[in-house]
Amino acid sequence: MTVQKPRTRFTTRLDIKNGAVEMTHGGGGRAGAQLIDELFRRHFDSEGLRQDSDQAQLARPQGRIAISTDSHVVSPLFFPGGDIGKLAVNGTVNDVAMAGAKPLYLTVGFILEEGYPLADLDRIAASMAAAAKEAGVAIVTGDTKVVERGKGDGVFISTTGVGVIPDGVELLPARIAPGDAILINGSIGDHGVAILSKRESLEFESEIVSDCAALNGLVAAMIAAVPDLHCLRDPTRGGLSAVLNELAVASRTGMVVDERAIPVKPDVQAACEFLGLDELNIANEGKLVAFCPKEKADALLAVMRAHPLGAEAAIIGAVVADTRALVRMKTQLGGERVIDWLAGEQLPRIC
Amino acid sequence: MCLAIPAQVLSLEADGQNGVVMLGGIRKKISMALVDDVKAGDYVLVHVGYALSALSEEEAQETLAMMREAGITSEAAPS
Amino acid sequence: MKYVDEFRAADLAQSLARAIAAEARPARSYRIMEFCGGHTHAIFRYGVQDLMPGNVHFVHGPGCPVCVLPIARLDNAMELAERHGAILLSYGDMMRVPGSKRRSLLKAKAEGADIRMIYSTQDALKIARDNPSKQVVFFGIGFETTTPPTAVAIQQAAREGLSNFSVFCNHVLTPAAIGHILASPEHDDAGEARIDGFLGPSHVSSIIGSRPYEEPARHFKKPVVIAGFEPLDVMQSALMVIRQLNEGRAEVENQYTRVVTRDGNAKAQALVADVLELRDTFEWRGLGFVPHSALKIREKYAAFDAEKRFDITPSSAKDVKGCECPAILRGVKQPLDCKLFGTICTPENPMGSCMVSSEGACAAYWSYARHREGLPVPEEEDEFGEEDA
Repeated sequence: MTVQKPRTRFTTRLDIKNGAVEMTHGGGGRAGAQLIDELFRRHFDSEGLRQDSDQAQLARPQGRIAISTDSHVVSPLFFPGGDIGKLAVNGTVNDVAMAGAKPLYLTVGFILEEGYPLADLDRIAASMAAAAKEAGVAIVTGDTKVVERGKGDGVFISTTGVGVIPDGVELLPARIAPGDAILINGSIGDHGVAILSKRESLEFESEIVSDCAALNGLVAAMIAAVPDLHCLRDPTRGGLSAVLNELAVASRTGMVVDERAIPVKPDVQAACEFLGLDELNIANEGKLVAFCPKEKADALLAVMRAHPLGAEAAIIGAVVADTRALVRMKTQLGGERVIDWLAGEQLPRIC
Repeated sequence: MCLAIPAQVLSLEADGQNGVVMLGGIRKKISMALVDDVKAGDYVLVHVGYALSALSEEEAQETLAMMREAGITSEAAPS
Repeated sequence: MKYVDEFRAADLAQSLARAIAAEARPARSYRIMEFCGGHTHAIFRYGVQDLMPGNVHFVHGPGCPVCVLPIARLDNAMELAERHGAILLSYGDMMRVPGSKRRSLLKAKAEGADIRMIYSTQDALKIARDNPSKQVVFFGIGFETTTPPTAVAIQQAAREGLSNFSVFCNHVLTPAAIGHILASPEHDDAGEARIDGFLGPSHVSSIIGSRPYEEPARHFKKPVVIAGFEPLDVMQSALMVIRQLNEGRAEVENQYTRVVTRDGNAKAQALVADVLELRDTFEWRGLGFVPHSALKIREKYAAFDAEKRFDITPSSAKDVKGCECPAILRGVKQPLDCKLFGTICTPENPMGSCMVSSEGACAAYWSYARHREGLPVPEEEDEFGEEDA
């Protein structure tokens, strides 16, 4: 990682250890330039950034591009297994990867709250650089704004990602068809529970860490094995239940899954029991759901299991014809129920 | 009746008012104000951050045995 | 998870299903009311109904404290935060329930009221300690299971002299509600809305014991089986009710022997008795005024009674026109009988509490049982339903 020497001299260096974000850092003037040079550019480096412009000027990629944008407002900002920065990079990498695309470039926008410690911001930037490197993407341009104390939650991050879709790959809800196998690459609920364990008044101790990870490598392996894959989606906010329901409605099909086939870590299950939550509704940040032609399901499963991020991959169900677009589940008891699409965020319950 | 979950007592504070319980691998501090004579290793029912009562291992096993038996006797009996 | 997983085992479920099918006499139907919302939730969430023969029906009762809280009391809670500027603390279940003009605690919070969700009354005490210059009010709801934690908090607040802490007490009692339902003419012996027997609440009974159900069972000649919380417990308990009915018995039986005893938790009972006492009457949503069915804070702890500390407007807010929650809570109607169900009233846009609480019969039906025949297919989403009458 090249450390850039700041080009503009300041009378005093930015005090990253003890300093805090100030309104001037967002003003577009020298203070802002110093924040970029002495904090962000110590971690972020790319051909685009080195152009020192308000935009990155890049060669046009060959083929169809996939572009996606996300805003990240997670609280707490640091949680077991990650932080808002890692979440932002991996989140957008994954959104692009769900098109089957190879992610290439990321833009990053920060909204910082006045008073936020620079030491923590530095940690976040370092984490983003590490995540970008791991995913093989370049952060090519960015923006920084500052809001008054009390008007933000420390840090908000927006990211936009661009990638290139290989020829012959078409991953869309419309391609989901009755008979398709439904697969997932691993256990559900890890991220959401890791976050909850730090929330005030719900604190509990556990070894659960967020599953936050970039999935583009796994996706590439999956597409190489099954180029005719129908659809991919990552079950982030709203969990598996949201993804299955959204896609059932979008593709006008129904789905049937088997509760016993869905991987869940025992700790996650226990946390959900304690709080009265359903794992199906809880966010994941390193998982994808795949819809695959029936005859290719076993081959796809084998490829997923061979990849570090798919060691616990499983076939969890199948797509069926259903004009009501219901998602049903065979329960562990042997009965059946609908997996509902929640209106909003699930709240812990006492009853 | 409300959502209450059986968890194992890991430890108790000196004054006996609070303790740490475990369910799966999750550990949580809860209040023992509503129970007496609970010791580490016992199982308690936890509801809104309080232990409500102890669980009897013996009764639990007996209940499961009755459930198993129910199906067997019903197969043998004329319908 | 020990004591949990074993009671959800599919093979034992099959075993119990066979036993129930063998013992349920084909010539009659069995209508069993599961009083508690937790049981309603378990039945739907695991699909227990699918394992029952066609002549065994679960009738959903009013044991969901969220569902039976009258709108007026919820409005009062919001008033404490909005008009009196208190920090209002509530369990998660209440946050989305619609009050008057379909405002909820969550909506009031979005509009600036300091309303916070907590998991335990211990958290409430901590928030009171951390905010000495503000009034902190705990919104106490729930049946006998949830009442002792409130009593503990009030006693502790008194010991600590936590003068900014108070409780808005809405705790209600189970046996009184069961008696009230059984006394209702809608549930006469021959009618379609009759109730043949009860699954008694699991965790209420861990506190009060099985003894309080003996009088209603004897008086109304209906079997009551105290049922554990897991789906296998529900099934085994249904089997025990069916057996009692076949044998002409009307007794209180305890299926949940691993937790419940005849006398219950004496320590918790004493604590509650020290802090709280019976109200003469209390209005339940759907059941109307039920005598001796709720608790209020005793005079000696009046300093911690939000109803004494704050000037709260008594009101009689009405249910939405056409909302069948009252009849559904009494087990007289089913969600499908309500014209609003699935059309105007959905979890996104709940008209009544049966749809908001995850244990309410309507929410349970909607969330878990929409695959059954005859359920409405929602049209393109309407903006809003009707306002209060």
